[in-house]
Amino acid sequence: MSDITQSGPVLAADGKPLKHSLNRALRRQKMRAMALILPLLAFVLLTFIVPIGQMLFRSVQNDIVQNTLPQTVIAIQDWDATSGEAPDEAAFAALAADFKIAVENKTHTRVGSRLNYETPGISSLFRKAGRKAKRWDLETDGPFKEQFLDIDEDWGDPAIWRTIQKFSPPVTSGYFLNAADMQLGDDGVEFRPENQQIYITLFKRTLFMSLVIMGACILLGYPVAWLLANLPSAKANVLLILVLLPFWTSLLVRTSAWKVMLQQQGVINDTLVWLGLVADESRLVMINNQFGTIVAMTHILLPFMILPMYSVMQTIPPSYLRAAKSLGATNWTAFWRVYFPQSVPGIGAGSILVFILAIGYYITPELVGGTKGVFISNRIAFHISSSLNWGLAAALGTILLVAVLILYWAYDKIVGIDNVKLG
Amino acid sequence: MTLTRTLLATTALSMTAGLVSAEDMANEMTIVSWGGAYSASQQNAYHTPYSENTGVTIINDESSAEAVAKLRAMNEAGNVTWDVVDVVAADAIRLCDEGLALEIDPDTQLAAAPDGTPASEDFGDLLVSDCFIPQIVYSTTFGYRTDLVGDTPPTEICAVFDTETYPGKRSLEKRAINNMEWALLCDGVAKEDVYDVLETPEGQEQALAKLDTIKDDVIWWSAGADTPQLLADGEVVMGSTYNGRLFSVIEEQKQPVAMLWDAQIFDLDGWIIPTGLSPERQARALDYIMFATDTQRLADQAKWISYGPARASSAPLVGQHADLGIDMAPHMPTDPENAKNTFLYNYEFWADYRDDIEAKFQAWLAK
Repeated sequence: MSDITQSGPVLAADGKPLKHSLNRALRRQKMRAMALILPLLAFVLLTFIVPIGQMLFRSVQNDIVQNTLPQTVIAIQDWDATSGEAPDEAAFAALAADFKIAVENKTHTRVGSRLNYETPGISSLFRKAGRKAKRWDLETDGPFKEQFLDIDEDWGDPAIWRTIQKFSPPVTSGYFLNAADMQLGDDGVEFRPENQQIYITLFKRTLFMSLVIMGACILLGYPVAWLLANLPSAKANVLLILVLLPFWTSLLVRTSAWKVMLQQQGVINDTLVWLGLVADESRLVMINNQFGTIVAMTHILLPFMILPMYSVMQTIPPSYLRAAKSLGATNWTAFWRVYFPQSVPGIGAGSILVFILAIGYYITPELVGGTKGVFISNRIAFHISSSLNWGLAAALGTILLVAVLILYWAYDKIVGIDNVKLG
Repeated sequence: MTLTRTLLATTALSMTAGLVSAEDMANEMTIVSWGGAYSASQQNAYHTPYSENTGVTIINDESSAEAVAKLRAMNEAGNVTWDVVDVVAADAIRLCDEGLALEIDPDTQLAAAPDGTPASEDFGDLLVSDCFIPQIVYSTTFGYRTDLVGDTPPTEICAVFDTETYPGKRSLEKRAINNMEWALLCDGVAKEDVYDVLETPEGQEQALAKLDTIKDDVIWWSAGADTPQLLADGEVVMGSTYNGRLFSVIEEQKQPVAMLWDAQIFDLDGWIIPTGLSPERQARALDYIMFATDTQRLADQAKWISYGPARASSAPLVGQHADLGIDMAPHMPTDPENAKNTFLYNYEFWADYRDDIEAKFQAWLAK
């Protein structure tokens, strides 16, 4: 009794304030819980977040110019790019000194290819100059302006120097501009010439085709999932195997199978010609275009739509439909007003899965997409493994990632992410 | 006490295990190549005899298509796991430029010809980079269906652009390289002027305009196996690919396909050794290269695949196909009968203009 009437903090058995003891106990618990997930956190951080972050950082990283040509960058700081003339001997001498070191470390060609992304032809200028620079004596072999012009008169072209000057800061927007079909012109940001614009088209096409594939998966998957959920379990299990079997088959096998089916001398065309529906000369073109990509990808991604729908539909008691009908609803009203709303979380989960998988798809469009059915990921792969323009690949990847996050956010706003169920 | 002993024992065990495996490593090497029939020919001609002679275990990796990207990544990570890598010459030049491939002195590090000619002379002009050890000459050329071209089989490259005489689809590689050259050749540009014209924006437009005339009739391929499959299925009337792939369609699978050697574009394929290997691994890689690029070995490879050996001294030794028993010489891209009109890939040009022209080409494709 006296404890209650006393003012001041409530004390625990050991005489310390109860609040502190509680907090400490809770903190300890939290720490223990954290310690349990710590390995997972460290794993995700090390193998997922750090590498992706590093890759994304490449989309703006440009310290290579400053690191390889430090003296040149300083020497041309004040050079007037609009003067129409190449800089003076001091800049060339600085370049020669930078080259001397760069050639030793074999880094001059890397800068060359970096700058070549912006102005074609720089790569060979750097390579040629590198060969000569190896034998230069910085004290006696000047003046270097003549030396460089001797190697290739393009060294006197102000455009080359403008590029070096423009791309000397350690951070660049060049890759992102390129990824949006733009470039850093002499008067600021401008669109690239029309015959080089490609990425915006590809982004739009990727989004559009992913949406079409998602829609096709919903239309085809919904009846299958409904059937699976409403058949007696013995039959449903057999059907489920039919859904899972292609799911377990290699992606490449399934894509190649579509090639056999869809090509002009393929199974479908042969059948149509045999039936007399299509003339032999005018066989349908169903592959190496958008149609081929949509068909093959819909087939490949269909299980990702059916399975979440199925597990959600399984939880809808059939008695609800019966109840609706006994209250006088027609079949359609009972389905549309009672059953469908309850299956929406399954559609939501399936749609997110299919859409996000589709938007980053690479191998199927590459094989059956021809020229009009390829996605942005095919260009990213090209820049990673073939053209080696990793900065541009990273910029394209970043844009794709941001686009997916925005769509996810929009989905959350419109449908609500709590409204997604995998089962 | 028991725990300590167990711990000590396991540590000792794992240490010896580490030592043993390190010794194993010394007798193991990873060779990267293209896979398929090409890797099989190298296995037969180089790997098997080398393993028999030395007891070295050779691990095959089929990553040549991404070799430059992966080597760059390995180099950045400081852990190079490949010992010898098979790459095309353009990639070798890039790797050498970036310091990712070891420079080789042909006269001391490669075997001389049997008559004593030093390797630098035996390989001659094919040593296009200080790091590149040439192995084969291959060409990108066209094959056509003999049953789909009527009574006038095509004899020259421009048949590709002639959809009236040869209706039907054609397959071309989904990249600018080679296609732009062929387009200009067939648009009236002289062979020696092709790269001068292609250097200018107008020339690039001209090439794309020529390609535009057949754009609707083209199936674009990205894997070397595509054209052989399309030809075998009768999907295309003619298509470009590597000559060795066409050889296997014609001679091994007996399909009604013939070669159109006109304006074939020569290219080289060969070895590089990555930089950053430990001394004993590097020594082993060099030892392998010395063996695998000698005159006899290069000639041996031609028993399994129709690519021309890169050494002059190997040419007379090219014999018959190991399984089919046919003479291989007439199937080599370098055979005088096939090489009447050839085109040499310009490495320097494409190193400079590839990004620019490729961007335009891809934008044109997507239109």
